[in-house]
Amino acid sequence: MKFIKYLIVGILFGVVMSKSEAISWYRIQEMFRFQAFHMFGIIGVAVTLGVIGVALIKKFKLRDLEGNPIMFYPKNKSTARYLLGGIIFGLGWALSGACPGPMVVNIGYGFMSFGVVFLFALLGTFLYGAIKDKIPH
Amino acid sequence: MQPWPWWFSGLVISSVMFLLLFYGKSFGFSANLRTICSIGGAGKKVKFFDFDWKKQTWNLVFLVGAIIGGYITSEFLSYPDQAVAISENTIKDLEVLGFAAPSSVQPTELFSMEAIFTVKGFLILAIGGLLVGFGARYAGGCTSGHAISGIADLQVPSMIAVAGFFIGGLIMTFGIFPLIF
Repeated sequence: MKFIKYLIVGILFGVVMSKSEAISWYRIQEMFRFQAFHMFGIIGVAVTLGVIGVALIKKFKLRDLEGNPIMFYPKNKSTARYLLGGIIFGLGWALSGACPGPMVVNIGYGFMSFGVVFLFALLGTFLYGAIKDKIPH
Repeated sequence: MQPWPWWFSGLVISSVMFLLLFYGKSFGFSANLRTICSIGGAGKKVKFFDFDWKKQTWNLVFLVGAIIGGYITSEFLSYPDQAVAISENTIKDLEVLGFAAPSSVQPTELFSMEAIFTVKGFLILAIGGLLVGFGARYAGGCTSGHAISGIADLQVPSMIAVAGFFIGGLIMTFGIFPLIF
């Protein structure tokens, strides 16, 4: 039962990804062509509220449900891995029209072909794990 | 039922992030890919997957919820075959590449069952997925971990990653699409 809250938030995520049309390949194309405000508006609002909320959590030292302080861990400083990894990710995002979350939301929506995309995303993750020590980070 | 406006969608997405923070977790979807590899036994061959994945169970439950959320929306919260109202300019650009104007959420040219069973159609889905999976782990996160959570915390690595997402997306859209479509 302790996991039910994650199921509910997951459902909320699946619904908002679908109802916002962020799961659509068309919307991702429109975004990368800078031809509509839609996707930028979604990300912009989420990020703006996120920045304000995270600042408030830090300022008032808010705690989570279990009473532990909410912590933010700085990611390791580097350029190569974030830039190169980001570019590879972006190539795939534009081609398949889906980042990992929307892949599974699409499967639920009924687009079974995203099962292929998701399986190969697993393979891509495995490949990264296999060669990670040989590529620049 | 109509799609949700951008401002409401953005508000709900940030609520997802804050709910997870108040549950003591951080929003990062692509971690699930690593977890599933690990459950599949990848840890026996590759050290990167040899970790205590049980701590990520909550995230897998979140993933199951995301699938259910997609199902609920298509069954109960939208008209069947609701066409995505993308801009006229995008429709024109995509027409040049051989895509018909949207008649549902996804282009049948890429995601219909007929398309999967062609060599080209299969390769597009496979390579797209492979790049996303590899890139997400290499960059240490995907759209949720970097573009939403990371930038909300004003982290420079996440800003670099998101710049990378766009560089890659623009290369694919303007450099590679005209060659493959």
